[in-house]
Amino acid sequence: MNFIVELAYYIAAVLFIIGLKQMASPTTAQRGIQWAGAGMVLATVVTFVHPSINTNYILIILAIAIGGGLAWKSAKTVAMTDMPQMIALYNGMGGGAAAAIAAVELMKHHGLSTGVQTLAVVGALIGAIAFAGSGIAFAKLQGIKAFRASIRFPNQQLINGVVFAVAVLLGLVIIFSGNDYSLFILALFFVAALAFGVLMTLPIGGADMPVVISLYNAFTGLAVGFEGYVLDNPAMMIAGMVVGSAGTLLTQLMAKAMNRPISNVLFSQFGTSSGEEKPIAGSMKAIEAQDSAIMLAFAEKVIVIPGYGMAVAQAQHKVWELCKLLQQRGVMVKFAIHPVAGRMPGHMNVLLAEAGVPYDLIYDLDEINEEFKTADVAVVIGANDVVNPVALTDPASPIYGMPILNAQDAKNVIVIKRGQGAGFSGVENHLFYADNCRMLYGDGQAAANDLIHHIKEL
Amino acid sequence: MEGWIALYIFTLAAFTGYEVISKVPVILHTPLMSGSNFIHGIVLVGAMVALGQAESVGQQIVGFIAVLLAAGNAVGGYVVTERMLEMFQTSKGGKRS
Repeated sequence: MNFIVELAYYIAAVLFIIGLKQMASPTTAQRGIQWAGAGMVLATVVTFVHPSINTNYILIILAIAIGGGLAWKSAKTVAMTDMPQMIALYNGMGGGAAAAIAAVELMKHHGLSTGVQTLAVVGALIGAIAFAGSGIAFAKLQGIKAFRASIRFPNQQLINGVVFAVAVLLGLVIIFSGNDYSLFILALFFVAALAFGVLMTLPIGGADMPVVISLYNAFTGLAVGFEGYVLDNPAMMIAGMVVGSAGTLLTQLMAKAMNRPISNVLFSQFGTSSGEEKPIAGSMKAIEAQDSAIMLAFAEKVIVIPGYGMAVAQAQHKVWELCKLLQQRGVMVKFAIHPVAGRMPGHMNVLLAEAGVPYDLIYDLDEINEEFKTADVAVVIGANDVVNPVALTDPASPIYGMPILNAQDAKNVIVIKRGQGAGFSGVENHLFYADNCRMLYGDGQAAANDLIHHIKEL
Repeated sequence: MEGWIALYIFTLAAFTGYEVISKVPVILHTPLMSGSNFIHGIVLVGAMVALGQAESVGQQIVGFIAVLLAAGNAVGGYVVTERMLEMFQTSKGGKRS
């Protein structure tokens, strides 16, 4: 490699780490992605004079133009609510690219050392799994019917295990046959790896997808790092491994927030509780928009608990308008975000930010849970399981042990909800039957509109 | 590259990633996942090298797919991350300091 290429890759690697570091704080985050972006542009441009590249320039430019162009267009137009599946899609493409690099290198049969060949094969396996798995994750989150539910069939674990074993076995054959493996074996290896990626993701339900996407993000990072070693490219090694470890940590944080060990997400099903659930005392009590408006307008402190339902109803702008109205009347308004609100941790923050809610009004579970005791009204909009007190009280419940927002501690609770159904987990919510809880039935956006209307009339 | 040096690079990079992420507030988890997703888009330079050395038609096809996918990863990852981060602002008015 010549000096300019080496230097550019070094600068790019440093920019990636600085960029990632800056992305860890809201005040510098935007600068962070821009620095990392500058590193990427630098590395890409300089690669055109990479001494190893000696042919196919037109194909390279064409591929970048098509892939980059399509991604640019889709990324510019996607709605914020659909962000998780787009991240899954772009991540899968990275994994696929890493696997394809390994395929090209292995197709050349140019006598790689056993160590290099091993990392090429391992990177290909991981990358192919991330590629196929992310594709399925995308299909599930996009709501494509055939994939939506968790798909199960008899002996699933066994079949998955066999397919994985076949992939590993073929990988070992390639590694230990030195230069003598056939293209047929190579193709078979990739087919098995891709098939395992699909099979592994099929049984996982939509609610667990964020953890899975994050896991595949880490997978892709690792695959990129390994292929970087194969290509003797330190920038890929560093960037890939940084993402691999950061992604693993992020996956753990998410799984912890959902109270779902990663092994549980991957290998078992949701809600396999043994005992009977406790019967519910009391009944659901409805409230009119006008009474709710009075309750909110004369409160001192209101905590809003938004859930994914609010985003689906596109109500975040109206909710923020309502909160601004309350602020003008001197009401203290705060937003409480459960770690799994939205479709991944932090997704709800993005949706609120889109509506213009300042991020210093938004609080994490740990920061705000004590404050519910001093709140006059907790407004639950489009959230359900994350405020269900059975998670604290009933060991037989499938969601037992999940940290919840203690909305039940507020003096009054208003739940804005379409109907009386249970949440994503299918568990009845005991909060809705509590004495201090009132149900305001209706679509999130319409309900917020009504509240705004009535408060203005006061 | 010498195996031991590679091992040092991998290990130090892994610690770096862990350290950088460990102090992140929950509100940034989604943009950060997206941002780290962008960073492994560096696979693009590897894909370019793979295609730039491809000899047979088979290698060209697979190499072309590699560059296509990698470019999608890098560009898409950047644009969605930037779009998300653009929206974060405080109530003290205006954009971040």
